[in-house]
Amino acid sequence: MLPSIFAFLFQFGDAFAFLVLAAAGLAIIFGMMGVINLAHGEFIMCGAYVTVAAARAGLPMPAAIACGALAAGIVGIVLERLVIQRLLHRPLDTIVATWGISLIATQGTLIVLGSTMPGIGTPFGSFSVGEFSYSVYRVLLMAIAVLLLIGLYLLFHKTRYGVLARATIQVPSMASALGVNTAVVHSLTFGIGAALAGLAGGLYAPTMTLVPTMGTAFIVEAFVTVVVGGGDVFLGTAPAAVVLAFVKALMINWYGQLFGLIGLLLAVIIVIRLLPRGLSGWILRGRE
Amino acid sequence: MSGPADMGSAKPASVPSAAGRDRGHRVRRGFLGTLKLVNGPQTLGRGPIFWSGFVVACLLAGIYPLFADGWTVGNTAYFFTWTFMAMGLSVIWGYAGALSFGQTAFFGLSGYAYGVLTINIGSAYGFTFAALVLAVGLAAVFALSLGYFLFYGRISGVFLGIVTLSVTLVLETFMAQTAGPEWAIGAARLNGFNGMTGMPPLTVPWPGGDIALWPDIPLYYLLLGAMIACYLGLRIVVNSRFGNVLVAIRENPDRAEMLGYDIRRYQLGAFIIGSSLAGLSGVLYTAWGQYITPNSMGLYAAALPIVWVAVGGRSDLTATLIGTLLVLWVFQTLTIYGSQYALVVMGAMLLVTVLFAPRGLIIGVADLGGWLRARLRRGRS
Repeated sequence: MLPSIFAFLFQFGDAFAFLVLAAAGLAIIFGMMGVINLAHGEFIMCGAYVTVAAARAGLPMPAAIACGALAAGIVGIVLERLVIQRLLHRPLDTIVATWGISLIATQGTLIVLGSTMPGIGTPFGSFSVGEFSYSVYRVLLMAIAVLLLIGLYLLFHKTRYGVLARATIQVPSMASALGVNTAVVHSLTFGIGAALAGLAGGLYAPTMTLVPTMGTAFIVEAFVTVVVGGGDVFLGTAPAAVVLAFVKALMINWYGQLFGLIGLLLAVIIVIRLLPRGLSGWILRGRE
Repeated sequence: MSGPADMGSAKPASVPSAAGRDRGHRVRRGFLGTLKLVNGPQTLGRGPIFWSGFVVACLLAGIYPLFADGWTVGNTAYFFTWTFMAMGLSVIWGYAGALSFGQTAFFGLSGYAYGVLTINIGSAYGFTFAALVLAVGLAAVFALSLGYFLFYGRISGVFLGIVTLSVTLVLETFMAQTAGPEWAIGAARLNGFNGMTGMPPLTVPWPGGDIALWPDIPLYYLLLGAMIACYLGLRIVVNSRFGNVLVAIRENPDRAEMLGYDIRRYQLGAFIIGSSLAGLSGVLYTAWGQYITPNSMGLYAAALPIVWVAVGGRSDLTATLIGTLLVLWVFQTLTIYGSQYALVVMGAMLLVTVLFAPRGLIIGVADLGGWLRARLRRGRS
């Protein structure tokens, strides 16, 4: 009995960590800029590739993951300057443009680096409860997901950048009139979102096969979490990840991996019918 | 959906008045009156020059098989199979302003449905055409149920794109894992990632032996006729009261709602029309090559209709149609000369269009022509 409860909790935690890490970057870019970044999966791929390359070059794992996140973040800032900035007032077109970027990035990686890249093994080994064994690394990922949410909360509520960024999304013209350089805030925000995607890629790189299309393994879950969560990272993404992780763990326990995904999708379609502005819109109702 | 700022360069002024006028005195149009709607405010190309060009293009397309070999004609027919999905997306995205990324979900669903039906029942007595209708109907029902949740949940533009994309990706994942023998509907094995094969092509019942439409000249004419009929039919739809309301919703959903239109119903209607056409494309594609794979619903497949419609000019049917055929041709030529770069070029094309010609290349060129003409006229006077 106890081992099977633990198995469920582990699956729940694993799904929660995956959803939070996969969605955080997407949610920040969407919540702060109203842009849906369809190249999100490619930022994840970029982070994973750089992490693995750095780890193979001899860097310790945490430093390699930081390199991956940094690389994705820099690419994100450059793309924001070149493309996204011109499209901020046309939200539908940003989807199309980022999709174009995503096609170029996936296929470009395939051409330059080939169809697959040798990976690195999952560190830390495993432990067992009852008859099942569990990866220590995945437990670590759960802790990182929680720490990431706390860190983001501090970043957006306790730092000068966070205050300026929130001012910029609330009333851009007023923030600009008060001397906030909104263009820089947007670039930084997009960069942070991209870096978080890179971080997700780096963290999951040891557990996955490195292929140019690996980003697609993340995007459905990331999208779904953002749709259910709505515009706010803390009041949206986090509770959405809890709810969806529960649904997913339940469905996986009963029917298997694929039905976890289908369960997620059904949950989303029902949630958006009931709460069109997502969980954060529902939690914040009447406050605006 | 975003407000008028989204379509900065369009002409919003004419739109609500058009919707208002139609509502003011609802004229009962006869059959001929309905036909006159092929010309209207929502479609480019109205004058005698345009329609002469249209007739010439149709005639050229009609005599084209006389000058080309069977393979090339069959290949052109292959291009035609996609145009229905593109025109449907133009109605949903370009006219109703609701970006759906998941048209390939309907494409794949109908393609598989056609396969399952014809493999089980066969092609005698023209059943392939009944299967076509049933498969397209299935896409319409699916669009109705999905669209109900989306539009009646008042999902706005960006979210709509994500949810529809997620649906098609999940369908792909689902179909890709149906490799085992337990995944069969009657005699039709779903075959997982390798896809389903062995369904008959469209077959016309004929005294003295059915005519199977392999990718060759007869199929070409059938698809050409269907494409022209669909194009003219959709022109009538978008210029009708329904189409005017769609454009009003695209320009300003709040205003359209204040004027008393239930925008959810109109958007759902557009979604069903567009998705059924995507389903039609799926059936024709499956019948053309006698196979369908889960890849047809994947991320790249889903990107393609967006590319065709965006590059041509989503807010006009003519631009969409020409753009689609053009991009398909360019894409195939690229694939022949350097397949791996084709997708990079596709992505770049999308990016360049969005950045520099947001209304699409064909409409951009048309606008440029109009601007030059106005310039010349002013210079003369």
